[in-house]
Amino acid sequence: MELVSPGIGLTFWMLVSFLILVLILKKVAWKPILNMLSKREEEITTALNEANLAREQMRQLNADNERLLTEAKDERDAILNEARKVSQKMYDDAKQKAQEEGQRILADAKENIEIEKQKAITDIKNLIAEMSIDIAENVLKSELTDKDKQYQYINSRIDELKLN
Amino acid sequence: MKKKCYLAFVKFLTNVKKNMALNFCKINICKFYTFIVLGLSLLFLLPNTANAQETEEKKFDISSTIIDHVVDAYSWHIFTYKDHHVSINLPIILIDKEGVHVFSSARFHHGEATYLNYGICQEKNFKKGKIVKFNDDGTINKDFTYVDISITKNVLALFISIALLLWIFISVAKNYKKNGVAAPKGIARLLEPIILFVRNDVVRPSLKERSDKYMPYLLTLFFFIFINNLIGLIPIFPGGANLTGNIAITLVLAVLTFIITNVNGTKHYFADIVNTPGVPWWLKFPLPLMPLVEIVGVFTKPIVLMIRLFANITAGHIICLSFICLIFIFGATIPALGYGVSVVSVFFYIFMSVLELLVAFIQAFVFTLLSAIYIGMATENPHHEHEQIVEIK
Repeated sequence: MELVSPGIGLTFWMLVSFLILVLILKKVAWKPILNMLSKREEEITTALNEANLAREQMRQLNADNERLLTEAKDERDAILNEARKVSQKMYDDAKQKAQEEGQRILADAKENIEIEKQKAITDIKNLIAEMSIDIAENVLKSELTDKDKQYQYINSRIDELKLN
Repeated sequence: MKKKCYLAFVKFLTNVKKNMALNFCKINICKFYTFIVLGLSLLFLLPNTANAQETEEKKFDISSTIIDHVVDAYSWHIFTYKDHHVSINLPIILIDKEGVHVFSSARFHHGEATYLNYGICQEKNFKKGKIVKFNDDGTINKDFTYVDISITKNVLALFISIALLLWIFISVAKNYKKNGVAAPKGIARLLEPIILFVRNDVVRPSLKERSDKYMPYLLTLFFFIFINNLIGLIPIFPGGANLTGNIAITLVLAVLTFIITNVNGTKHYFADIVNTPGVPWWLKFPLPLMPLVEIVGVFTKPIVLMIRLFANITAGHIICLSFICLIFIFGATIPALGYGVSVVSVFFYIFMSVLELLVAFIQAFVFTLLSAIYIGMATENPHHEHEQIVEIK
């Protein structure tokens, strides 16, 4: 029975001192401790958020960089391709032109040669004609002097002509 | 000379304080307590083995020995050596018609003498161990009215524990003020996880956004019970008083929870007690069965709180004391058997003490958790609850 009957004195002291304890601890201990704990939690949360934000920005930045890089690469490739195409075209054009020019020059040359040939043939013909005339003149002259000789000469000339 | 002595003493105290604060974190608490428990159980043995023959003569009364160790007392008995009691005499404060009487408990000579006709009752059927007024012929005056607010063993233990709590938490608070939001140091590092545990896992789940208002009370409640449970495990001064195993202490704590619950109870909470939702009308109308059950429930909740803590801690102490008493029971028959049993007893005593460490925490946790739940239920936002009921329907 002694065990389960609360003593008045102890109850009184307990009530008074526990209430005082709660009040003192509330003011002196719990307030600063809990405030500091929640403050720390807030700071950790903000720090984490900031870190996340920074990471996100970093990621964005990296993505931007990569995008820029790929863009630059693409652009470079495009430019190079274009240049290659242009140069190829220029080369092809030049080649064609040169071929055409060569053909033309060749054709001209052939024509010239033909003309020159005709000219030369004509000259030779004229020369032969002149020479024939000269020979005829000479033959005529010698015929006039000596009949035998004339024959002889004409024969030798004919021989000569035959050789030619 | 005196001043020098005083200064040296203060220096010693500050050193002890520093070392304690340093070691507190380092020493594994379990080891620490096992060590103390082991050492002190040996202390228990020493003087009494010397008295082995005496106890044989006196006939060892186990139940009164155990109960005397568990209940309150007017002086703090530390040990007995060869019939010489070493104890702290505490002030006795009595208020009666003649006024206030304050005197030392030494005047009772361990219950053998009376002072102003007041004495300690030895009769088993009436207020045993309490102060009673005697008539001149030596019989107890049962009609005499007086109020006994003596500083008993448990009151002193209460003051010591409160001083300890204040010292611990003021230094923790100082630590936080000094360190700011940086990681805690020293004793704060030890206590922060516990404070956070109470705040996040005990109070907040049941009180939600109303937590801050009740946090100081619930935190104080938790640490008061926890520290006193631990101090109660130390078998010798300044421990040894079975404070949280005293029904007066648990009564005050339960009554405080009861008051806070019902003072802060919302209209909705009281309306639910009178008109319980979700039960058929015939349980309420001609015979108000459910309201009766609910009203009884309002009172049984704190009563259960009170009894749970009291019974758990007292039971632990009784078991520990029983193991120690076993030594003397066996020692009374054959002394050698007493020595033999002491090994087993001390082993079990240590085992129980370690178990009690767990119980110390669990009981503090349960008391705080249930207090938080009761307060939370009483102060819950009605809108919220309505929604829940609709959902259930």
